Amino acid sequence: MRTGRLSAATARRERAEGSFSGGFSWAMARDLRLAWRHPDEAVLTVAFFALVASLFPLGIGAEPQLLTRIGPGVIWVGALLAAFLALPGIFAADYLDGSLEQMTLSPHPALGWAAGKIAAHWIVSGLPLTLLSPLIGLQYGLAPDTLAVQALSLLVGTPVLSLLGGACAALALGARGGGMLLALLALPLFVPVLIFGAGAAEAQATGLSPTPHLSLLAAALIAALVGLPWAVGAAVRIAVD
Amino acid sequence: MNWFYFASPATFYGLAGRLAPWFFILAAVLAAWGLYLGLGVAPTDAQQGEVYRVIFIHVPTAWMSMFLYFVMACYCGLTLVFNTRLSAMMARAIAPTGAMFTFIALWTGSFWGRPTWGTYWVWDARLTSELVLLFLYFGYIALANAFEDPRRGDRAAALLALIGVVNLPIIYFSVQWWNTLHQGSSVSFKGTSMHVTMLTGMLVMSFSAWMYAIGATLVRVRAVILERERRAQWVRNLPEAA
Repeated sequence: MRTGRLSAATARRERAEGSFSGGFSWAMARDLRLAWRHPDEAVLTVAFFALVASLFPLGIGAEPQLLTRIGPGVIWVGALLAAFLALPGIFAADYLDGSLEQMTLSPHPALGWAAGKIAAHWIVSGLPLTLLSPLIGLQYGLAPDTLAVQALSLLVGTPVLSLLGGACAALALGARGGGMLLALLALPLFVPVLIFGAGAAEAQATGLSPTPHLSLLAAALIAALVGLPWAVGAAVRIAVD
Repeated sequence: MNWFYFASPATFYGLAGRLAPWFFILAAVLAAWGLYLGLGVAPTDAQQGEVYRVIFIHVPTAWMSMFLYFVMACYCGLTLVFNTRLSAMMARAIAPTGAMFTFIALWTGSFWGRPTWGTYWVWDARLTSELVLLFLYFGYIALANAFEDPRRGDRAAALLALIGVVNLPIIYFSVQWWNTLHQGSSVSFKGTSMHVTMLTGMLVMSFSAWMYAIGATLVRVRAVILERERRAQWVRNLPEAA
């Protein structure tokens, strides 16, 4: 019966050859540890989301019916913008101090550590947004079932945003134009996710089934998980070459 | 036979210069014939009257906007796989023409929508995805020009174009997948419900737009080649360089 421990030979081989899981777990652990030590980014992302969600009732008017009607969409837009603003932080610091170049030289495939960085970014930005969304939804007077579907749509949709946004952030590393360029690259790609995510919550709110929207979101997530980590790795290699 | 003779910017520059005028002439002739068919010969539509005639501009430009993005994405794929300079230059040359056709499609579509649907714009699936296509073209152009090193811009924008190509099936199938205000497709490989002169006029205009796009791309790629290869000896030896 095999135990859970690697034999010495396997361990040596894993270290020398690198592997997807090795790269993934290393990068995710590293980024999570860094985020834990400097939680500003995560806290700011959530604070931005809450602030943006507060602006709409103040700007448009706080009638309960209006808020319930616009709630799902506004919450999704707020989460999308907050996720977008967190994007430069995935690669910027590592790019500036040369760690990113070192990562491209590692024996682990770029697919692995790129996926690990994106996963850590989602845990630090997308997941807190998802967990906070029911609270914001209560501010908009959404019903409990709508809140649940809203949170589910964010849970499925924000990883797609992190993957797409991560690819765009890697492509725009060191480019002139900074944040505006990243907006031009990432926001058109975010549009389908927004349409289906907000559509799911609105469908639930109006009594229709959210399943079609959630299914398409899940399909987008699977496609993104399959294709985009490779694209992120390729984009980083383009950036550091 | 050396299939890659024209894969070098130096040789392709001359070929593009010789070919471009022919494509423009062909585009002009086809446009004249197509507009004659569309504005002169095709009958008045039973439901829309004369306003439907905008399809002779709207549909060809919409088809070309999607087709040019696909061609650009193919060149981007070649850039990433073979690392050839000329593939990237061709992709850069196609992008502005593609963006222009997308804009014209949206603009003419708006003016068609006002009398027929009552509104200039609606956020349905087809219009929204075509608008996203316009932003994808802009994003490509912006990213390609955002770096000091043009080769880095080539490769980064190439990867972006390939990520964005997923939008093309969404645009194409949007009228089937969603309940949209935009009408469904009237033309398919199995046949069409349109009157034959309307269809002919539309197809002739589409070929005209295609020929124009090729001509414009060839002229633009010559400019891109000159800009990028300006320090090469063959550029300095050109008669225009004197």
